[in-house]
Amino acid sequence: MSRHTLSVLVENKPGVLTRVAGLFARRSFNIHSLAVGPTEHEEISRITVVVDVDELPLEQVTKQLNKLINVIKIVELEADASVQRELLLVKVRADATTRSHVLEVVQLFRAHVVDVVPEAVVIEATGSPGKLDALLAALEPYGIREIVQSGTVAIGRGARSITDRALERVNRSA
Amino acid sequence: MVQGTQQAPSQGAGRPADTRPVTPADVRPAQDRVTVPSTSVTGAESIVRSLEAAGTEVVFGIPGGAILPTYDPLMDSTKLRHILVRHEQGAGHAASGYAYATGRVGVCMATSGPGATNLVTPIADANMDSVPLVAITGQVGASMIGTDAFQEADIVGITLPITKHNFLVTDPDDIPRTIAQAFHIASTGRPGPVLVDIAKSAMQTRTTFSWPQSVDLPGYHPVTKPHAKQIREAARLLATARRPVLYVGGGALRAGASAELRRLVDESGAPAVTTLMARGVLPDSHPQHLGMPGMHGTVPAVAALQKADLIVALGARFDDRVTGKLSSFAPHATVVHADIDPAEIGKNRRADVPIVGDLREVIADLLPELAREHAQHGKPDLEGWWRQIDDWRETFPLGFTEPEDGHLAPQHVIQRLGEIAGPEAIYVAGVGQHQMWAAQFIRYERPNSWLNSGGLGTMGYSVPAAMGAKVGDPDRTVWAIDGDGCFQMTNQELATCAINDIPIKVALINNSSLGMVRQWQTLFYESRYSNTDLHTGHGTARIPDFVKLADAYGCVGLRAETAADVDATIRRAMEIDDQPVVVDFTVSRDAMVWPMVAAGVSNDEIQYARGISPAWDREE
Repeated sequence: MSRHTLSVLVENKPGVLTRVAGLFARRSFNIHSLAVGPTEHEEISRITVVVDVDELPLEQVTKQLNKLINVIKIVELEADASVQRELLLVKVRADATTRSHVLEVVQLFRAHVVDVVPEAVVIEATGSPGKLDALLAALEPYGIREIVQSGTVAIGRGARSITDRALERVNRSA
Repeated sequence: MVQGTQQAPSQGAGRPADTRPVTPADVRPAQDRVTVPSTSVTGAESIVRSLEAAGTEVVFGIPGGAILPTYDPLMDSTKLRHILVRHEQGAGHAASGYAYATGRVGVCMATSGPGATNLVTPIADANMDSVPLVAITGQVGASMIGTDAFQEADIVGITLPITKHNFLVTDPDDIPRTIAQAFHIASTGRPGPVLVDIAKSAMQTRTTFSWPQSVDLPGYHPVTKPHAKQIREAARLLATARRPVLYVGGGALRAGASAELRRLVDESGAPAVTTLMARGVLPDSHPQHLGMPGMHGTVPAVAALQKADLIVALGARFDDRVTGKLSSFAPHATVVHADIDPAEIGKNRRADVPIVGDLREVIADLLPELAREHAQHGKPDLEGWWRQIDDWRETFPLGFTEPEDGHLAPQHVIQRLGEIAGPEAIYVAGVGQHQMWAAQFIRYERPNSWLNSGGLGTMGYSVPAAMGAKVGDPDRTVWAIDGDGCFQMTNQELATCAINDIPIKVALINNSSLGMVRQWQTLFYESRYSNTDLHTGHGTARIPDFVKLADAYGCVGLRAETAADVDATIRRAMEIDDQPVVVDFTVSRDAMVWPMVAAGVSNDEIQYARGISPAWDREE
């Protein structure tokens, strides 16, 4: 099994996320992470879904996704031809004796402290899943109290936009 | 064609003038536009007007609280005939039967909650068998949605995995556009069921009605025109294969590709098999037709696929009931796979030449390419292949043995029914042994003469689907061929038939048991008959007595118990035209369906009869 990142452009309509997520479940595909949000076009939303799947089943799930009426376009983003980021918020134990060590880790990973109280800090970090894993490992000795993490969002490198043609379709039918 | 903009469907305009059976292909892009000026109406009136504008003539349904506003203007419609069924499942299957017989979209209607959930089975059935169906359901008022209101069910959520698409409408202004989209989606591409759930509050609010000029779906563009390069490659393979087989599925029927297919079979000289869903798309009398493949297929059909060096799959989906154990299916075959649905290609079996397109266009494009190949290289020598196939045909013809208990052979009943009623009749089976015998022993000579529940295997399909077929094609004799188990699941629709002058005929293949399950118990569970005895046959309590039941429903009830009775009883039933007829054929319960490939084993292990398998090595 290998990890694949799919960008799915969908109509911005109620229930579309359920249709996409339900399809994965129904066809026994495991979603590793999922992120959904608006795009530069108000009628289109973008779902970034990361799946662990072999090549052949991936083709099948892509075809099945394409059959959903509200799905406009699907693009697989290869790791080396795209920028992939996750957002992490982590609450770490940090008192007067350990705070400076924790802040050093924050610096090293180019993360930010977004909340401080005498016995803890909340750190915000973005990056590839690998970088965030490394950050968490570095923070582990100080005592991690709570983690919340977004799904991966990803965009292709270079000047081309995957929404261009999808937009044409929407405009033509509008 | 401008992407994302198709003309709104109008079935009336799309009907061809010739007498060939109408198929979904005929209702794609409608020729005329239906223009209806904007008028002020209620949402309920808008629903009725929209159905009329979409070309609907018949709606099968049952009213209830949430759909009630729509039933009021429905009463005044001169274009819509509403047929009041006795259970919503009947409405759904009837709409499917209607769609099968006419090639048009079948329409059913139900109220919220239990009305809608009763439609779930026929919707799932239509989804598996790619039947164009539109289901209109009432929903509780928009402000009540999500409150667990009386008769509230999230039918859009429930039917999400079993519809081609579905909609929830809470704004009455959305009604015409949504219904136009529903008909478009249901009838184009790979056909399927679409559910439109409409809040009662939307039906009761005033709105304007205006039928859209076009359907706008940015994410829906079925590919119908096949790729020329793939067609050429398919033609090249078909012209050079030494052991080719045309594996024809229901997609060829849905595309209305019967005539083109016939030419392809003739031109290629290759043997053809027709799946359970495709019976009738190629006449059974055609000399190159080997019959049905699969679990209960003919030995020649199963063997030809196993030994083929080329399989040309036309609108078939390599279903497990056809392939048996997938890894050992047709091990030496190169595969050309043509289908309207790209997701079917490569789903189960890798395709060497994938072709996405409407089957009628695919075959029409393939014909000249094949002729060109033949002109350049001559026709392939298939003599050796045919010698082998003819040997299988001679050694392993379809047949049956007379039951030892002296009771009627069900195969004989079904065979005689087919011979007496003839190829112009429509045959509608339930699910089980009788379905397989009906697929095997009736000779189908024209498309849309065979209806059954193939993918989902829905017991209870037969009577309501036969009813729908008879409504759609009233001039044809429609025989429901049903089992005593299936019949008891939906026989309440006999009331609908009797009252609405829908004179279907029901041949009950009554073996007093859940026959197919019993057959598996005989073969795989040491004849331990757990819960398969239905007490409806010879020497039983006969509960119910099907002749009396028919009588109670205002139908004619007949019974045939001996071989001598069979022909006369069928003829008697054929003479009755003004009433539904139910014939109780009490048959032997020990009859089994053969040939058979047990579930999960290789097709090489097909049994011609119990314990008798062809010895392949000898023939190779």
